[in-house]
Amino acid sequence: MTAVLETRGLGKRYRRRWALSDCTLDVPSGRVVGLVGPNGAGKTTLLHMATGLLRPTTGTIHVLGAPPPATPAQLDQVGFVAQDTPTYAGLNVADHLRLGAHLNRNWDARLASDRIERLGLDRAQRAGKLSGGQRAQLALTLAIAKRPELLILDEPVASLDPLARREFLQSLMEAVADQELSVVLSSHLVADLERVCDYLIVLVASKVQVAGDVDRLLATHHLLTGARRHPVTLPEGQQVISASHTDKQTTLIMRTDGPIHDPAWTVSAVGLEDLVLAYMSRNAPGPRPALEVQR
Amino acid sequence: MIEFHLDARSGVAPYLQLIHQVRQALRLGVLAEGDQMPTVKDVVGRLAINPNTVLKAYRELEYEGLVAARPGIGTFVTGTLGDGSPAALRPLRQELRRWLTKARRTGLDDESIEALFVDTFRSAKPDEPEEDIA
Repeated sequence: MTAVLETRGLGKRYRRRWALSDCTLDVPSGRVVGLVGPNGAGKTTLLHMATGLLRPTTGTIHVLGAPPPATPAQLDQVGFVAQDTPTYAGLNVADHLRLGAHLNRNWDARLASDRIERLGLDRAQRAGKLSGGQRAQLALTLAIAKRPELLILDEPVASLDPLARREFLQSLMEAVADQELSVVLSSHLVADLERVCDYLIVLVASKVQVAGDVDRLLATHHLLTGARRHPVTLPEGQQVISASHTDKQTTLIMRTDGPIHDPAWTVSAVGLEDLVLAYMSRNAPGPRPALEVQR
Repeated sequence: MIEFHLDARSGVAPYLQLIHQVRQALRLGVLAEGDQMPTVKDVVGRLAINPNTVLKAYRELEYEGLVAARPGIGTFVTGTLGDGSPAALRPLRQELRRWLTKARRTGLDDESIEALFVDTFRSAKPDEPEEDIA
């Protein structure tokens, strides 16, 4: 099976700043891939290189087996919805469908029309007058109706309210169930992606921190609590992702392929959100304010 | 037809939650042999979850012999779990209700009742001679 996305030492520099560096990934096809990281981590840069909008500074990238944008055939196979699901404010819904039909060689007019029907969108309505949720659904319709093999979505739900967010993910998952579609979507919130993605890439400060199958990640990461131990020494093959200490207790999030035998630790499962946060805080630049409620 | 729901905070993997709900529905007689299961598209359209999660749950249920996929038609219930018939459950449920009323009258709150039930349930091994079944 070809990887939908394969990168080797991929990097992108804007003037003096590296937006992405040393990025090596092998994303299998048929997956819904969550690309998670704080704002400014390099998510958009990676996605733009995958669509061919940006050229790499170093390394290589292959999308569906070829470096993008290789051929018109490859462009046919990749659907892209840019950040904030842009549409043409002055064009109405029907215009958007006509545009899609003219710009895409494998356009599925029936699918587009059915989706617009189901969503209850008025064809004569200008996109500028649609709600955020409706605009996102229109953009998704255009991307799906071109019948891509790979669909790339940059922060598609970030600006949506919770209901529109749920509806958007519902229709995206329906499309995945219906067509054989691989999806890469980014978000700065894990919670948005937790239910939909089965493959996760955590990107922090322009570097890939961890990437892999979600079930596998959950099976190989554990939360350990026990009496205070500082510094922490662990057997070979076990890696501490995050550690915190009080005067009495030590709490670790740890990665290992094998079982944990040390009886001094109480071992429990780690949720996906905690796992991602552990990787994020490991690389947080500088000290953070003690209290920051930002979700 | 069964309608699935997910508890995001339970910490239980979504596919296991789906399996559990099917097993529960079979035990309580909500699902019976021959009933059709929701399609993968229906489930993901409702819950906004990854189709592979549903497929994984259905595969597992198929492996347990509880459901079977008929290509092009859908997935159907083929097995039973316990005696899930409503007729068999009704008297038991009534008895349990009476017991609950009694427990509440004694002044136990919900949490204490649950703790008492689970504790008794665990300590009463099925092969132990049961005392005072009447």
